[in-house]
Amino acid sequence: MSVSSALPPFQRFLDEHRDVVWRFLVSSVGPVEAEDCFQETFIAALRAYPRLRADSNVRAWVLTIAHRKTLDAHRARARRATPVEDPAAVDGRAATSEPWRDETLWSAVEELPARQRSAVVLRYVADLPHRDIAAAIGCSEEAARRSLHEGLSKLRKVVEP
Amino acid sequence: MTDRLEDALRRGARGEHVAAGTTQRLGARIAAESLADVTYAPVDSPFGSLLAATTKQGLVRLAFPEEKVDPVLERLARHISPRIVESPAQLESVQRELEEYFSGARRSFNVALDWSLIGPFGRNILRVTSEIPYGGVLSYGEVAADAGSPRGSRAAGNALGSNPIPIVIPCHRVVRTGGAIGGYGGGPDRKRWLLELEGAVRARAGAGAPARAGRDRTRTARPSR
Repeated sequence: MSVSSALPPFQRFLDEHRDVVWRFLVSSVGPVEAEDCFQETFIAALRAYPRLRADSNVRAWVLTIAHRKTLDAHRARARRATPVEDPAAVDGRAATSEPWRDETLWSAVEELPARQRSAVVLRYVADLPHRDIAAAIGCSEEAARRSLHEGLSKLRKVVEP
Repeated sequence: MTDRLEDALRRGARGEHVAAGTTQRLGARIAAESLADVTYAPVDSPFGSLLAATTKQGLVRLAFPEEKVDPVLERLARHISPRIVESPAQLESVQRELEEYFSGARRSFNVALDWSLIGPFGRNILRVTSEIPYGGVLSYGEVAADAGSPRGSRAAGNALGSNPIPIVIPCHRVVRTGGAIGGYGGGPDRKRWLLELEGAVRARAGAGAPARAGRDRTRTARPSR
């Protein structure tokens, strides 16, 4: 058993990837639901961790799990169907000096259909290449590119009317 | 500026770092549901910060301060499980017993041990070693003989040198036949310090030959002899 083929201790994996997973989750579902999704993502990752191949792309792997947890969160939110009137009040998102207010953009991101939302967030927040985005959301690379462009077009209508 | 939207998405991501409270809640849940196979934490000692690691069976590793954390954890990942997380709460009893030991208030450890990093020969040697009482010493040859390998004192030395749970498995109580203190994974100065703490060696003023006074107690303590 060579050192290079061994999985790192889970704590190292967690230390290395927790911030990117957190950014992905906050951008996808907002800080309140990100909290639960974060726990669920890393609990699921810990359970499955010994079966992971040491040479796999662990960053894409954990973001795939995080993407699935955001789907669960959105389904639960749809069932509750209680819209939040003022996301800034809940999220603590402050307005900035950007030409459009940040919460406008990120609320629009949250409202995107799941695949488009994850494609946008995985691309621009988690900085994943198209191939890994496709693997994470479970579609072809071509479909992932399409989702990304559709998502960006919708966001443009919101922030650049 | 190529694209203001793309720039805003890249720059504007929320929560650059996950809050400490969020990772603490994760750690608490991993502990509550016993999801980790190995947990570790730094524990205080007069030698500096030791790294202690435990499995569900018991303490599996105690590393001296100069041992690098990553190789220690990587070895645990390879030999036991990569499900390793830092969790001070799981090491509280180890920390407490070590504190009591170092203050002179504790003469033997009650924490459960996990022997899975120790090979079959090492197990024989270290089992004999773990029965040497506080304040006593044995020679390498005596430990080898008791372990059933009368000619194996050199091999016994190697097994003692790779003891994964020093202090708690008291390999510092095995010394050279002629009265010299012998080697130690944590360095001979620490070995002497531990033997002085236990009263097996007189404090450094004298010539420093390990007192053998504890041996009689040692022998009577073991019914096999």
